[in-house]
Amino acid sequence: MKKDIILKAENISKQYRLGQVGTGTLSHDINRWWHKIRGKENPYLKIGDVNDRSIKGTSDYVWALQDINFEVERGEVLGIIGKNGAGKSTLLKILSKVTAPTTGRIKSRGRIASLLEVGTGFNGEMTGRENIFLNGAILGMTKKEISSKLDEIIEFSGCERYIDTPVKRYSSGMTVRLAFAVAAFLEPEILVIDEVLAVGDAEFQKKAIGKMQDISREGGRTVLFVSHNMAAVKSLCTKGVVMENGKVTYQGSIDNAIEEYLSGKNNNSFRTWSKENAPCCDFLRLLEVKVVKLNNEIALNHAITDEIEIEFTYEILKENQLFTHGFNLFNSHDIHILSSHDKDSQTLVDSLPIGIYSKAITIPGNFLAEGGYSCSFAVMRYNPFHVEFHELDVVGFNVIDEIGSKTARGNYSGGFPGIVRPLLNWK
Amino acid sequence: MNDNNTPNDWLFEITPKNKFFSLNLKEVWQYRDLLLLFVKRDVITVYKQTVLGPLWYLIQPLFTSVTFTIIFNNVAGIDTGTVPPFLFNLAGITVWNYFTACLTGTSDTFKANAAIFGKVYFPRIITPLSVVISNLVKFGIQFLIFIGFYIFYYFQGANLGLNGLILFFPVLIIIMGILGLGLGMLISAMVTKYRDFSHLISFGIQLLMYLSAVMYPMSLIKDKLPGYGWLVEYNPLAYIIETARYMLLNVGEVSVLGLLYTLAVTIAVFFIGLLVFNKTEKSFIDTV
Repeated sequence: MKKDIILKAENISKQYRLGQVGTGTLSHDINRWWHKIRGKENPYLKIGDVNDRSIKGTSDYVWALQDINFEVERGEVLGIIGKNGAGKSTLLKILSKVTAPTTGRIKSRGRIASLLEVGTGFNGEMTGRENIFLNGAILGMTKKEISSKLDEIIEFSGCERYIDTPVKRYSSGMTVRLAFAVAAFLEPEILVIDEVLAVGDAEFQKKAIGKMQDISREGGRTVLFVSHNMAAVKSLCTKGVVMENGKVTYQGSIDNAIEEYLSGKNNNSFRTWSKENAPCCDFLRLLEVKVVKLNNEIALNHAITDEIEIEFTYEILKENQLFTHGFNLFNSHDIHILSSHDKDSQTLVDSLPIGIYSKAITIPGNFLAEGGYSCSFAVMRYNPFHVEFHELDVVGFNVIDEIGSKTARGNYSGGFPGIVRPLLNWK
Repeated sequence: MNDNNTPNDWLFEITPKNKFFSLNLKEVWQYRDLLLLFVKRDVITVYKQTVLGPLWYLIQPLFTSVTFTIIFNNVAGIDTGTVPPFLFNLAGITVWNYFTACLTGTSDTFKANAAIFGKVYFPRIITPLSVVISNLVKFGIQFLIFIGFYIFYYFQGANLGLNGLILFFPVLIIIMGILGLGLGMLISAMVTKYRDFSHLISFGIQLLMYLSAVMYPMSLIKDKLPGYGWLVEYNPLAYIIETARYMLLNVGEVSVLGLLYTLAVTIAVFFIGLLVFNKTEKSFIDTV
């Protein structure tokens, strides 16, 4: 089938200058201009670090985006996912023409409208109705278009009663509803959306997601969507792009993209800590955690039928301490699957001498669904109950489903829902 | 890969730099409703939650005119000929106010609208244009008060004569608006990076007023300060205000050469302003 590319990004890069814009700016500007009139290249384009905010860089210039290439087909809903600071928002800003790329170009076959933050340009002094017109016009609609949809917009927002009241009297939730309602009735070929679903109550979020699904499925419109809400991304998007430190690290189907993004968080089935940075409380320090198979071999990938053992090794630093230990398990959508602690631990009754100890927990086979998991470790006391420390993401592992009589799936090979996948008996 | 089906039928491209000169009139036309809504917003929200409301539009020029009349005419003794000094000052101030409103309103376009410009794209020029147009409404209201006093003085028996050139008064105001817009766009672009300019503008306008023949006829400066008269003679605003008074009150002089000079300066300033504004709008959000 012929590909119908509606949007194409070619080698998009964006450079930012760090630090204050001040006196140094003028000298750089003059230097840049001096290079330009001599026909030389901009001297500040060459230097620039990869954008990793945790490492101290050597240069004042940083590449927020580097060589971004992707294509979007008509009618596709593309999810852009990545950690904070990966460059997602910068990319959307470039797409929505708020700022220009430093190098590269974006070609488009359709009008792009962006919804980077709902309620942009709302004026508190004006009524809801007046703001619908103003906001719609800012987003690129004509007055006629808005008038024809006014009733629908008001109905969708659920703010009929307040529509002739100044927006400054609205609750924040109502403002968002009204703003989203305006945006939802936009009709550009390409819609760019950033984190709008982070606001509003659950009922409204559901409504908003439903509306966006309608937009892309029935309207045949192309949507670019940025969010940290994996469930929203998963239910809306068809394709995904994973970004890390200003670069695209994965492009493909949304499910694979989500797996890729989340496995990037923790793909360690074995981890040790040095004394200095070990997770600890005043009497105990975590030294080592490993995920092992039955044969005691450290492994990241486990068959769905296999038991998975997680072994925690810690050092007791003080005598006469009564405590117990536990762990939490999260799946790759950050859903909390289970929590368990050693409720009958000997350490709750008798204190242990100073030294190194190991504790293990076994997760049964045919229990977890396919996907990536992340495990945390906690130490707590009873009487009164108190969590001494809870370290997230200490280790991770993947569960891989199989077809066959030994699994819940049996011989079915399609998508399989549910966050757990136990093998149950039918009678 | 699949270049077989990608002929050059792209609707638009986003590139690092604008073409050297691009005022995309078609795009501005597409957003004409936004322009009107901005104008409406500016007009109706300025005096919301005030008791006197639009009366504030009238209080400021009236009080300034009274002050000027006392200081410059009664104390300093500037001669305004046959025209009552108050009316002379009111004419100058009403016209001058329109220019300052345009200039100050547009000169912080990028800074004041950074929040909205950082979120959504529309042709940025819509914003300063809306300032110039909404100030025209304000100017209209202030001009009505001028007409009111004009009629009052006329029936008091003051020697007032309309001039046939009054028909060109709207053209003069438009030229003034364009000059304010051009200068404002130029300054707004520079303010994004160097805030120094926003300090400059507030007292710069004060100084400029004294060089713009607002409270004295142009002929006066030539008589009294022949050494510095050129400062006023090279100021296009002085010609605009002098001409406006000539049209409205039939005092002073009209210099055709001066007006042509004003027109040339206005066109030059407008296009330079537009050029710099267009260059800035692409990535100002990174430096503002």
